[in-house]
Amino acid sequence: MSLSAYVSGLGVLGPGLSNWPQAAAVLAGRAVYAPAPAVLPTPTLLAAAERRRSGRVVKLALAIALEATSQAGEDPTELASVFSSSGGDGHNCHELCQALSLAGREISPTRFANSVHNAAAGYWSIATGAMAESNVLCAFDASFNAGLLEAMSQVAVDGAAVLLVAYDSEYPQPLHAKRPLPDAFGVAMLLTPQRRATSSARLDAMLTDESFDRMADPALEELRRSIPAARSLPLLRLLARGEAGRAVLEYLDVSRMAVQVAPCT
Amino acid sequence: MKPLLVNTFTASSCIGTGLAATFENLVGQHSGLKRCAFETVDIETHVGEVPGVDAVRLPQNLHKFECRNNRLAELALQQDGFLQAVQQAAGRWGRRRVGVFMGTSTAGILQTELAYRARDPVSGALPSNFEYGTTHNSFSVADYVRQRCRLEGPAVAICCACASSAKAFGSARRMIEAGLIDAALVGGVDSLCLTTLYGFHSLQLTSPAPCRPFDVARDGISIGEAAAFVLLERAPQNAAADSVLLLGIGESSDAYHMSAPHPEGLGARRAMQAALQAAQLEPGDIDYINLHGTGTLSNDRSESQAVTSLFGPTTPCSSTKGATGHTLGAAGALEAVISTLAIQNGLMPGGVRTSTIDPTLMAHYIKDNRRAPTSRVLSNSFGFGGTNCSLIFGRPE
Repeated sequence: MSLSAYVSGLGVLGPGLSNWPQAAAVLAGRAVYAPAPAVLPTPTLLAAAERRRSGRVVKLALAIALEATSQAGEDPTELASVFSSSGGDGHNCHELCQALSLAGREISPTRFANSVHNAAAGYWSIATGAMAESNVLCAFDASFNAGLLEAMSQVAVDGAAVLLVAYDSEYPQPLHAKRPLPDAFGVAMLLTPQRRATSSARLDAMLTDESFDRMADPALEELRRSIPAARSLPLLRLLARGEAGRAVLEYLDVSRMAVQVAPCT
Repeated sequence: MKPLLVNTFTASSCIGTGLAATFENLVGQHSGLKRCAFETVDIETHVGEVPGVDAVRLPQNLHKFECRNNRLAELALQQDGFLQAVQQAAGRWGRRRVGVFMGTSTAGILQTELAYRARDPVSGALPSNFEYGTTHNSFSVADYVRQRCRLEGPAVAICCACASSAKAFGSARRMIEAGLIDAALVGGVDSLCLTTLYGFHSLQLTSPAPCRPFDVARDGISIGEAAAFVLLERAPQNAAADSVLLLGIGESSDAYHMSAPHPEGLGARRAMQAALQAAQLEPGDIDYINLHGTGTLSNDRSESQAVTSLFGPTTPCSSTKGATGHTLGAAGALEAVISTLAIQNGLMPGGVRTSTIDPTLMAHYIKDNRRAPTSRVLSNSFGFGGTNCSLIFGRPE
């Protein structure tokens, strides 16, 4: 049993990775990976007030979603989406827990509204006018794979394009000590049921018992290991190289996810 | 969509631990809302608290999951033979062919709220026994249920605020229809915590009195907690006439505001329309609508407009949140269970706590229970971020 879809747009952002073309050069071995703190652009899609209030996960998710859709020339208005994140906005969560631990328990209504796990999906919908269905998932360290499974199921069942946006960002202390994500990393994929002019590869995904792939470059392996959305790196590496191949991704303790990649040439 | 069979289901909320008590209180039109005495909360409001949650102990091998939210999940799993039914399904389909789809908005964040009060005064560190991944993280409840039931299929938490566990049915349906799994344990679990109580209070959305959906004097929500589970399966060719099926699901986004619904309910209307289309039904085929009906001024107004624009002013509808409170991420699954009870028993539950229906709301809101054949029910769930989901349950054709 496998699920199929075409990758017709990509967006990537993370430590030392500023967009898909630059990340692809690194992953294809044409450029050296130089880890550096992730630089998250101001979300120009949002109105000024919302822009000011948006935290790091919203900036990250909107940047990669925009890169993947604009690369494909896709109008997001009627585009279904799947957002998946292991933890949402850690800084906002810290501020709320901090305020609730103090006498008075005065919390900001904006912070509360932004604390929902689907905040980034909500802002994406508001910014682009997208009224199509949007699902928001969490599967802890398996969040990227959970998102890919959901998005590919949706492509298969509904026969329509789906935007997958998988993203994670760090918690500040003291939560950081309990959940030590070092930085922000995200990947967005426009998945389509048919091949398009912008399609780079066809994916066929299935659950498997095989052991999962690691990255050969120690710094990239460290990234893959430390941020859940970066579990996508073995798949992104094949896409960057334009190679046919098979990436086995870490998923739940009881299973892995194998993705067969066939480049569109 | 291909209809899915509702095999077994259960719910625990402030109106009952398990189905018998839940149904009895629906028949009696009792509300479980009481003045808030939860933890150290000092807000003038009413809550729907499930009694006995903190007396529940998780199995020893899963002790890392100990928190109120997972205890509530465990309490509910124990009711109505649900755990046994899941094991039978696992035997029938195979453990890898049963997925877990849990809706939650705050999971076990109460654990982190308590840990922040117990930080080391010098270093600021959280207590050493605090576990993040198995309590606070949204996935914790899906992971708990998965491990508790020893299921090995795909597992995920759906976190779309107050539409979470309605949308969990959508994820399950896609994966069953795509052929990845044959059955799904779908549910919602959300428990009382300070984040939601103080959060909704900061937005001035909590009522000091028990909530009164669709009342002319409604002034906000009452927060509740619940765990509700449904075992969904691929439906057989000829489902028995007395079975209940999930016939349609419709999802949409408002693209309007983070914490306020679209004023004319455009997103809500779109979700209901999509559910009807998926079920290949017309508005007139729906016998009863279980509203989202939270009891805030703007939510009820917007939902009433959306309902009447699609169904006209005659389809009976009500909100059961006056009885259960707004159970947030668990509301979709809880109301799916109530919808299924409505179909099985021919009972349209009247909206309790509402005295004078707002004359500007044109939807046909019922305050008193109606005993009548109820073959198809539509249930609405909407959430922050402008996320909407409508489910349609019904008898086979």
